[in-house]
Order: sequence, then C-alpha cells, then structure tokens
Amino acid sequence: MAASRTLFDKIWDAHVVDRMGDGTCVLYIDRHLVHEVTSPQAFEGLRLAGRKVRRVDATIAVVDHNIPTEDRRSGINEPESKLQIETLEKNVADFGVPYFPVLDDRQGIVHVIGPEQGISLPGMTIVCGDSHTSTHGAMGALAFGIGTSEVEHVLATQTLLQKPALNMLVRVDGAVGPGVTAKDIILAVIGEIGTAGGNGHVIEYAGEAIRALDMAGRMTVCNMSIEAGARAGLIAPDDVTFAYIKGRPYAPQGDDFAKAVDYWRTLPSDDGAHYDKIVVLDAASIIPQVSWGTSPEAVVPITGVVPDPASEADEAKRAQMQRMLDYMGLTAGQKLAGTKVDVVFIGSCTNSRIEDLRAAAAVAAGKHVADGVRALVVPGSGLIKKQAEVEGLDKIFLDAGFEWREAGCSMCLGMNPDKLTPGQRCASTSNRNFEGRQGPGGRTHLVSPAMAAAAAVTGVLTDVRELA
Amino acid sequence: MDKFNVLTGAAAPLNMANVDTDKIIPARFLKTIKRTGLGKDLFSNLRYNEDGSEKPEFVLNQPKYRKAEILVAGENFGCGSSREHAPWALLDFGIRCVIAPSFADIFHGNCFKNGILPVVLPADACEQLMADAALGTNARLTVDLDRQVVVRPDGQEIHFEVDAFRKHCLLNGLDDIGLTLEHVVAIDTYEKNEPAWMPVIAGV
Ligand code: SF4
Repeated sequence: MAASRTLFDKIWDAHVVDRMGDGTCVLYIDRHLVHEVTSPQAFEGLRLAGRKVRRVDATIAVVDHNIPTEDRRSGINEPESKLQIETLEKNVADFGVPYFPVLDDRQGIVHVIGPEQGISLPGMTIVCGDSHTSTHGAMGALAFGIGTSEVEHVLATQTLLQKPALNMLVRVDGAVGPGVTAKDIILAVIGEIGTAGGNGHVIEYAGEAIRALDMAGRMTVCNMSIEAGARAGLIAPDDVTFAYIKGRPYAPQGDDFAKAVDYWRTLPSDDGAHYDKIVVLDAASIIPQVSWGTSPEAVVPITGVVPDPASEADEAKRAQMQRMLDYMGLTAGQKLAGTKVDVVFIGSCTNSRIEDLRAAAAVAAGKHVADGVRALVVPGSGLIKKQAEVEGLDKIFLDAGFEWREAGCSMCLGMNPDKLTPGQRCASTSNRNFEGRQGPGGRTHLVSPAMAAAAAVTGVLTDVRELA
Repeated sequence: MDKFNVLTGAAAPLNMANVDTDKIIPARFLKTIKRTGLGKDLFSNLRYNEDGSEKPEFVLNQPKYRKAEILVAGENFGCGSSREHAPWALLDFGIRCVIAPSFADIFHGNCFKNGILPVVLPADACEQLMADAALGTNARLTVDLDRQVVVRPDGQEIHFEVDAFRKHCLLNGLDDIGLTLEHVVAIDTYEKNEPAWMPVIAGV
C-alpha cells in the first residue's frame, strides 16, 4: 500500500472485501438508495432467482422521478407512473426495505434526502441506480451511479465488482466574486475539462473556493461530476461536514458520533498523494455561467456571446456546434444576456436545497415574474418545503407569481407532467441540457438558482449581478 | 445473459459524438417495469417525427440498416444518465455491439451486463469502420471477441483491447451475482468487522 493516499484511495481500500486475479475487487457498499425507475427489473431478478435483500438495514427507498409535484393526496393519474410507483411499494413491502412513502415529509429527491437524513456519511461507499449519486460525494463519501443489473447485484450481495478509478484533482483557488455560486464553479469546471474530461476518474474537489462552500454548495458541485464524465466527485470532510451531520436522524449519535468523527478526520488526502490528472481554476475569474448548447460543456459566462462554429477547426465538432445552435434556436455571436425565456425551473438534485431556495427568493423578493413566463419552484424534499414555508419563502415566490410545488424531480427530466413543449426556452437550475431532456423539443439553459430567479423576473437571461 | 462470441452483421454508422442516454432512450420511456420491448423507442427523438412517422434520413430507418446488429458511433457514446434502459433498448432492437473511440463509464459497464460488447478503437480505425458501414448491407463486419478483432469487409483485422474479466463473463454468459456469491465468506467477515459506531437504517 502506498504511503500517501488520496481520499478516494482510502475509502476504496477500506471497502475491498476480496480481490480477483486481474485486479477486479469485490467492493463493499455501505448505503444503497433505491427509486422507482431503475429498480423494478432488479427486484424482479431477485424474485426469479429466489434471492433476498442482503441488508435491508443499509437500503432506503423513495419515489422521486415520476411523481407529480402538484397536490398528490388524491393519487397519481398517469397509469404508467402509477404502476411504477405501486411496483416499488410492493417490492419494498415484499423484501422489507425501509421506505419513505409519497405523503411522508421525508420523501424527496433521492440525492437530497440521503444527506438530509444523515444516511449518507463520510467515508462510506454509496450507490444508487442514478448517475447523480455523485452528489453524496460532498459528504466525503465514494458515491456513484449504477445500472439496474448492479442494483440487483447490490441488493443480493451488498457488494459490487469494480476496478479502482483513476484520481483526478480539481483545485479551485482563491475566492469567488459576489453573485458567483457553486453552480457557476462546477459549470466553469465542466466548460474547462469537457463532458469526457473525467472519464475513468474520480474527481476530488479542493482549494479555497471549495472549502468556503456550505454543504449545499458542495453537493451542487459533486452532483455535476457526472456531467464532467466522472462517475464520482468527492470533497474531503471537515468541520463544516461534521456540523452538518450532527443530530441528523440516521447519523451516529452521542459517543458513536465522536468515534465516527475521529475516523472521518483520517480520511482527507495525505500530503504528496498521487493524482493522475490535476486541473487548477482561479475562482476570481469565474463569472456567472449559462449554457448555450445541448451539452453541459457548452457554457459561457453570462457576459459572453454564443460561440461561432466557423472558429472551430475540427469538422465533427463544428458540425456538432451547428446542430446545437439549430436545436437551441440561437445564432453565432448573439449575446446570451437578453435572450427571452418562456419557462424557469428552480429545482432538481443540483439546486433544490433550502440554501438554493433562499438564494432564488432573495432575487425574487418584491418583484414579479415577467409577462408570458411560467416559473416553477420545486423543493428537493418535503422537509425542505416545510422549512421554506416556516421562513416565508413560499409566500415570496407565490407573491412574485412563481408556482410552489411538492418535492420531486419534476421538470429536470420531464417524466411527470412538468414538461417543456417543443421550442420552449427554459432557464433551469438542473444539470442536463440534452436535447429533449425537459420535454421533446425543449431548450434548456443551465444556470444557478439566483440566475434562474433573475431570468424569471426579467423574462430574459440576465446577469444577476446587474439586477438591483 | 446471452453469450457473445463471434458476431457478423450489418453495421450502422451513427456519426455523432456525445450520444447521450437521453438520445438513446428518452426519459418518457423509462416508466416500464420490464427489460424488453424498448427497441421500438430506441433513438426515438432522432428516429420519429412528432406525429409518430419515421424520419427517413435517420440511419436506422434506412432499409439497409433496419436489421443492423453493430453500431459504429462517435466519441463519448452513452454519456449522461445511468439508465440501463439504454443497452436494453439497443439489445431489443437487435444491436449486440457498439464500436466507438470512447464510451461513458456507466454505459460501458451496463453493456457487458446485458450481453452487448462495447469496442473501443482509435478514432482513425473508427473512421474506417464508419466508411465501411456506410456501404450498407454489402459490407458486413465481423466482431470476434475471443480473438479480440474486428474484421473489415476486405478481410483486414483490427485488434481491440477488452478487460479480461469482462471478456470471460461475456464469452460464457456468466452472471456477476453468482460469481460474487462465491466470495460470501469474505463478505460475512467484512460485515463482522464493521466499526461499532456504524449506524443502520432502522425504524423508518
Ligand atoms: S433531479 Fe434530475 S438529475 Fe436529479 S435524480 Fe431527479 S431526474 Fe435525476
């Protein structure tokens, strides 16, 4: 074992159950989060093979992707969504898996509730049949998305067969300027390294600008690691992390908490640990970001213009840029600021925590959603919704003409009734601007919550720093 | 899982980089609780107009590629979501092998678990195969996993690398869960040694 190890190396080493001849490891999984979309076929597989869930006490299930975000006490109308939700409910009952039901306050987006409940903890291995499982890396855990076959594998064995990833360090030095958020940092990182920049790697985020983030901001950063191609993103746990965890329902309590913290303090990367790739960004140079294309790497500062495909030397890339511009209905050289939007979506596992809602509400307060714009706020969990209501944020949003919804994935992927219609342009706090992601033909501009709120009240993409 | 050994068939050229899993199978088709039946929805937004009619220019709608078993694509194929519906849809359509300069990690792993072979080849080799594929049904490719070669229509062989463990599983159609359960004693031991402070999820 090397003397100096990274945070990733330490978590990996601590979870190797067995090694096969070719370096494939049986890796122990501490926490498995399950949702309705990627689990039905996995439970079916268990049933067919006569297998049980090995550790129901390390597994938690919730519905989020499909669920309507309007009042759902009257049930779910859409028959396929209903079947998928009922299937999960039957599966958790049959196999004895803990579950936060639809009308429970603890229900919410799987990546929001894991940390919120103290289920996701430093040093753990955490998986879920969803690529944004990288979010939980903000706790200092190794957290990554898996496919349905692997969901079944974890349910049956509490392990995965894996080979270690490479280590990548993304260091963001210095401090960000006013109006620049965690979302802008991660969009700038993806713009820098590209959507395949992290392939095969686990990204550790470090540097002063990352350390200065609260846990919500760290989750936003780690959440989008997958958009940079990395299966997981990690941030070393520190006092900010421990203060966040303390007292959460499923976190260690009392003496156990103290013991856990002692262990967690040993996790940060050692001096001189080896990284296969290092990228350094200067926080002060980051300007609020907005995406212009249909790939998360297609971002520019809000002060910038739509890039010109003609300036791209590579033919395939040029064609791709042109295709993105055609889809997005933008022209080369056009300023992003001032581009009219039809819809604003504030939500998703990237930006639906109370801190995100506060940031958006601060911009929306005393203003009104522009004519012709539809704006939605979808909290990440029932508890966040309640907290926001205690703070009066719901009133700010409603007075300003926003819709105030129940928790779920909602317009992040348009599996429930919240969808864009063809040609609609949306400023969205979610993580993917792929073609048709928010509804067929929909056009997504990825932005921070404050920038989204600014777009809602002005009706156009706006530099939030210029909004009085 | 079906075994994969030697595959000979028509190859469809999909000359696009960053083909994401939302393109392969849009989210609205993820409401199924089965693994099968997604072939008709493969590449739905690229393949069909809004009224459900086919877009004739899309590669898989062209008569010579309707039965394609191999797909040749651009770099970073399968990026985005972890949805295994993407390989399920490819498989249900009849595609058993995707050749590209690079793949996104999760998709790459998901392929092996469903009897699909993802072949990584340098960009220039992919370009040659893309040109071969453009010839349509007259130009069949052969993918030989055991020998780790792609055979071009003119008989030229291109070698590819593949993880030895995954190759073994695919050649023999082995189920990972069964393999892992051979290590169950080690898993038991690991669990016994967990620190006492480690909480469990109980009383929900
Ligand atoms: S909010 Fe969006 S990205 Fe996050 S888990 Fe839900 S669908 Fe996936």
